[in-house]
Amino acid sequence: MDFFLNRFPAYLDGALTTLMLTLLGSLLAFILAMVIGILGTLRNPLARGIATVYTEAFRGVAALILLFWFAYAVPQITPYQLSPIFAGVLALGLNVGAYGAEVVRAAINAVPRAQTEATIALNMSWARRMWLVLLPQAWAQMLPTFGNLIIELMKASAIVSLINVADLTDVAGTLRQSTGETIPAFVSALIMYFVIAQVLILGMRMLERQANRRLGRAPTGGGLLSLLRPPTPGTRVGAAK
Amino acid sequence: MTWDTEFAISIIPQLLQGLVVTVQAVVIGYAVALVLGLFVAVLRMVRGVGPVVFAVFEFIRTTPILVQLLFVFALAPPSITPLTIGVSVLGVHYAAYTAEVYRSGIEGVAKGQWEACRALSLPPVRTWGAVVLPQAIRKVVPALGNYLISMFKDTPYLFAITVPEMMFVAKAIGTESFRSMEAYTLAGLFFLAVSVPSAVIIRRLERRYAAV
Repeated sequence: MDFFLNRFPAYLDGALTTLMLTLLGSLLAFILAMVIGILGTLRNPLARGIATVYTEAFRGVAALILLFWFAYAVPQITPYQLSPIFAGVLALGLNVGAYGAEVVRAAINAVPRAQTEATIALNMSWARRMWLVLLPQAWAQMLPTFGNLIIELMKASAIVSLINVADLTDVAGTLRQSTGETIPAFVSALIMYFVIAQVLILGMRMLERQANRRLGRAPTGGGLLSLLRPPTPGTRVGAAK
Repeated sequence: MTWDTEFAISIIPQLLQGLVVTVQAVVIGYAVALVLGLFVAVLRMVRGVGPVVFAVFEFIRTTPILVQLLFVFALAPPSITPLTIGVSVLGVHYAAYTAEVYRSGIEGVAKGQWEACRALSLPPVRTWGAVVLPQAIRKVVPALGNYLISMFKDTPYLFAITVPEMMFVAKAIGTESFRSMEAYTLAGLFFLAVSVPSAVIIRRLERRYAAV
């Protein structure tokens, strides 16, 4: 405990870097997921082809390989040297964006067909149908999975420590080497990761409750708080990979 | 520098050797996750022990596997090989996920089945072993399959603890020859070559199971 309190500033710095990576990575992933996911719901074969190739390619390759590719391979054949943080955001965002795109596509396709037919009957444009009818309904279904993906991204962001970004993992490794105290150094970092994850789960649950209330659906649960309630079947934020 | 095809071809055998280690780690780690996850799922239902087990595995699940790997690697005595450490950590980490899957399967077993067991006054071992688990597991087989691919995509982390898997080989080639492009691109392609077909197979299995 003393170990952690004495070195709290270092851990806080690391945690902030981890949070920044999570935020930027999630933002990139979210934008990609929305664009590619919507492309995947179109009739146009070219749009669907792009969506399929993107999701298959970036879901199939591990984020770590992407990271090393951007950090070490790209500078070899192009004149660009990406900053380690930028490489991290790209690798995490592209990887998680591919999972997100599938979620978006599935959620939009799951909106009852009659809704689309109604918009056609009302002579709505494609953009208005998407924005006013399909996306609001798909949103509630996407949220729990998005919550899982953000937590996965946060955890995966630990890989940037391998290309010398001073994130939470890197701080733990450095302190372990300088002090020789393995257990406190790593346990402190793990606890901080755990706290960040629980805060993210809590935030996502609030978003979910809001979305469900707007659609008049029952809320879903998750996180450590679910210990306080009897277990119920259904989606749990932070439950799936 | 540009892409050098001759060099790329020359490093394929080394990378494939790494891929073999990768696949080995996944198969053993997955077996550990399947068995341990079942124990965790059942223990979670036991009064008293359940919440503790849940909290421990919630902790394991919401913290990065890379940190767990580095942590155990730093603690373990040198006599234990990195591969053993890697496989154990992968297995325990994924047990936290598979336990969730088993749990959903167990909760999906109809309430009447439990009541019937009580009416027949079956001992707990037979209630679980002969009635509940066979029904629960059958339902979650496809969901478990997804974690196999997921775990495969986490094996590059093992390179951080010096397991000679594909990522480790690629990195070594990159540092020795200063030709990272070929090594990492090929490593990525080999990855795709394994993960895309397995995803297709698992999706097909899922569809077949869903139809039954």
